[in-house]
Amino acid sequence: MISSDALRPGVIARSAAPRQSICPPPARFAPRFFSLPLLSLALLLPFSLSSTRAAAVEPIKLGEIEPLTGKEAAFGQQAHRGVQMAIAEINARGGVLGRPLVVVVEDNQSKPGDSATVAKKLLSREKVVALLCGGTSSSCNEITPLAQAARIPFVATTATAPEVTEKRDYIFRSCFIDPFQGAVLAKFATTTLKAKRVALLTSVSASYSVGLSKVFREKFTALGGVIAAEQKYSEGDKDFRAQLTAIKAAQVDAIAATGFYTEAALLCKQARDLGLTLPIFGGDGWEAPELIEIGGKAVDGTYYASHYSSESTAPEVREFVKKYRARYNGETPDSMAPLAYDATLIIAEAIARAGTTEGPKLRDALAATKNFPGVTGRTSIDAQRNASKSAVILAVKNGRATYVETIDP
Amino acid sequence: MSEFLQQLINGLSLGAIYALIALGYTMVYGVLRFINFAHSDVFMVGSFIGYYLGKIIPENTVWGGLAILLGAMLGCALLGMLIERLAYRRLRGGPTLNVLITAIGVALLLEYSGQVFFGATPRTFPSVFPSANFSFGSLVISSNQIIVIVVAALLMVALQLIVYRTKIGTAMRAVSLNPKAAQLVGVNNDVVISFTFGLGSALAGAGGILYALNYPSIDPLMGVMPGLKAFVAAVLGGIGNIPGAALGGLLLGTVETFVNGSQWSTYKDAIAFAILIIILLFRPAGLLGKFTVEKV
Repeated sequence: MISSDALRPGVIARSAAPRQSICPPPARFAPRFFSLPLLSLALLLPFSLSSTRAAAVEPIKLGEIEPLTGKEAAFGQQAHRGVQMAIAEINARGGVLGRPLVVVVEDNQSKPGDSATVAKKLLSREKVVALLCGGTSSSCNEITPLAQAARIPFVATTATAPEVTEKRDYIFRSCFIDPFQGAVLAKFATTTLKAKRVALLTSVSASYSVGLSKVFREKFTALGGVIAAEQKYSEGDKDFRAQLTAIKAAQVDAIAATGFYTEAALLCKQARDLGLTLPIFGGDGWEAPELIEIGGKAVDGTYYASHYSSESTAPEVREFVKKYRARYNGETPDSMAPLAYDATLIIAEAIARAGTTEGPKLRDALAATKNFPGVTGRTSIDAQRNASKSAVILAVKNGRATYVETIDP
Repeated sequence: MSEFLQQLINGLSLGAIYALIALGYTMVYGVLRFINFAHSDVFMVGSFIGYYLGKIIPENTVWGGLAILLGAMLGCALLGMLIERLAYRRLRGGPTLNVLITAIGVALLLEYSGQVFFGATPRTFPSVFPSANFSFGSLVISSNQIIVIVVAALLMVALQLIVYRTKIGTAMRAVSLNPKAAQLVGVNNDVVISFTFGLGSALAGAGGILYALNYPSIDPLMGVMPGLKAFVAAVLGGIGNIPGAALGGLLLGTVETFVNGSQWSTYKDAIAFAILIIILLFRPAGLLGKFTVEKV
């Protein structure tokens, strides 16, 4: 009974059609146009419904905030697919606590400020029991105070800046953090690339990039490397020739660009135009199909850190990649989808363990997550509510991301 | 030294695009005495026309690239004339402020309908011209940068010829000098103003293609920053003055590039705008502008 109800087309369709929730549901406005007899009928309707259907099947609502459009759209689109896959699987198994799971997704349009606006809407109007966000650290930083104040757990799936989970005990994440990622990149630059002089290119308006650059600088210098040039740009910049020309004059072995994929692709292209053939590498913010689409030949010979490799032979990864390809026309998922998928399963498991959807109890259950077997590795939530996981380095070769090495915490 | 020359080349190719957009602002201002804020969004539409034309015209060919350039210029000229006809013509003769507000409205309309029709996700602009890099010692210049500088220079010369050597150009200058007197001697103001908008918008369209060639990621809000910079360039050079706009654009592009390549890159926009303020303090009419007392 419950599982068939969970598979009701309406429930799945709601999670499968993200835009639906962006416009208000028609039912909210419908009574306004009703005449008085109809209105009284409409008021009676909920009672008649509740008598015929058990109250227990009311779905559990999760709120999801994603950059579905705009310059970080690749992150949001992939993450949302991961969430949808997880929800569909959980519901096929009979939901959580005997109730189906639904997700209400909101688009922050990759714009500063919009994440907070839609988070308020999800918390106050949709009354979600938990929040997810596959956007950048800057977007997540807008959501954290709101989730904390509402005492609703919030899981950031890809935000790697440490401050996201700091000081607020309702905030979790399902990915590694930048101090680790910075150390990974520093190790990669010294041992694999054998680089002694590296130029650092930071996006000063992204907290992710600023944080990652800071850690990279510390770790790389500690390993005996030299940061021979430091250049900066802002999100949305398109011209990097000036910075790259200055870098060229500094005669470095490699460039570390810690920003996101749109800028990374453009700067690789301009670097190649300027005759810089050296390796360029970055963090997980590079990971998107657009990197290769915009960058073309120029991104060949670049490297980035990531959370998993779709080429891995681990059974969980192979299973996930197979299901993802079957569902999305044979496309190969990058790490945003499995991270969001894992995060959704972790929340569902925590709800099941808590036995309730109440914020404080769900928070405690999430904090107690140990060795959760996910696609991106075993997740344990540590005392700082971060996940400790290993990182992989991927290389772009002939327009494809290929596995290079795994670096453990 | 080679770094200096390289930055100069980078700066000139960026400045050439600012100059092209600035010419549109300055021409409309010269004739109508108002700032057409929708101009930067016509520039955006130009690159989207190029993006869609790029799907049917083969990439990496010279004739294909020229066809896309001309197509975008034509499309933008029509759009500019349409905007003038629908939004500005009825307000002519009214206070300038009304037209100015309308221009901001048209700009927002274009930006946000762009998000509806083209989507907010950045698109990858096709490589319409064949590309190659030329190096002279440690100096590298890409064919796209050469195309930008050459096309911009040709268009500026063509514009100068149109304004000073043709009948319609003479009519434009007449309307700019005194619209009522121009009408008395038989100039059709509607046609001339429409032509001015078409010409300015065609330059914005060309700027859109050249910009996208160099920075091949386009989105509906891409015009905002370059538009603002080009407006600054137009004011810097003396608004209403065509060589001034070209000079202002090149100057601004070069300054921005040099600041960007230095350790103060975070302040690049602040420095660019600070220069504007300083120049206007000493030369209120801009570098090449003539100071005229507003007639009351």
